[in-house]
Amino acid sequence: MGVIKKFKRNFSDVFKRLFKKQNARIGIYGPPNAGKTTLANRILRDWTGDAMGSVSNIAHETRRARRREGVTIKTNGSSITLDIIDTPGLATKIDFHEFMEQGMDEAESKRRAKEATEGVIEAVKWLENLDGVILVMDATEDPFTQVNVTVIGNMEARSLPLLIVANKVDLADAAPATIRDAFPQHPMVSISALEGKNIDTFYEELAKRFG
Amino acid sequence: MSMQGFQMDLVSEHRLSEMTPVEKVRFIIDEVKSGKILVLEKGLSPEEEASLIEMTMTLIEPDGFSGIEMESYPSEVDNSFIGKLLKKNSLKTRLTVIGPADQLKTLKKDRNMISALISTNK
Repeated sequence: MGVIKKFKRNFSDVFKRLFKKQNARIGIYGPPNAGKTTLANRILRDWTGDAMGSVSNIAHETRRARRREGVTIKTNGSSITLDIIDTPGLATKIDFHEFMEQGMDEAESKRRAKEATEGVIEAVKWLENLDGVILVMDATEDPFTQVNVTVIGNMEARSLPLLIVANKVDLADAAPATIRDAFPQHPMVSISALEGKNIDTFYEELAKRFG
Repeated sequence: MSMQGFQMDLVSEHRLSEMTPVEKVRFIIDEVKSGKILVLEKGLSPEEEASLIEMTMTLIEPDGFSGIEMESYPSEVDNSFIGKLLKKNSLKTRLTVIGPADQLKTLKKDRNMISALISTNK
């Protein structure tokens, strides 16, 4: 390859790297078992055809943050491309006995607990590298006791967008209005990530907030 | 007869403001690991809370320290003119209670009230 050609190619690569528009990085946070991975899977299935990870009723099923780059969402004639990060969420305590109560043996429970602590550290570190957050909350639970206000505070302090999702509205005891009342300063969409209820409104709000 | 119980320290805003963020996190962790319940008059900044969670996770041990319980009222955004001018939100952090997870349990919380149960049995 000629020197000039090689120089041109290198220069073009550097230029692209410097000025390439990065997709907005959106983290999914929320308390254990609120449906973070269910929502991540729903987004990926709807727009890419595959899934992010496995879900279960056992808390801390997601113990590593998972990133999916370049998810293009089309809504109302416009489209946005996002990097979606499914995080384990922020916990302040992890007791391996909780895993044992789910039927796991002691060694497995301790291993899971250790992984869960590492996952929370990852979720904390990701906070500094995000452009916005989807905060998933369980609409059947009390809003104040389930949410750790650290995530909301971090977004507010940096003037970054936050979209609150009141999930599980397919359940009879869901009360999304109490979540709206608790955090009136942020937009909220009530959905069922599992059944897809109201998911189009969620995508519209996603494009509006993070586009 | 010796008195059974727990120690609760009420930490003034002034006391914490004399510390750097690293010192605050270390102070809280040390106190909570030794079994104390702390009530912080003005709480921590969101960044300090994140650091505290991170350090807590690194110190969790099976059959030992299982983490902390931390509850605070939602912070309020200061929408002052200066804040808007600087395009950076200044948060008014509020009262925060922190204790060992195996001794302090939040029963109920709303915008202006935290109700907690403190156990003397580990």
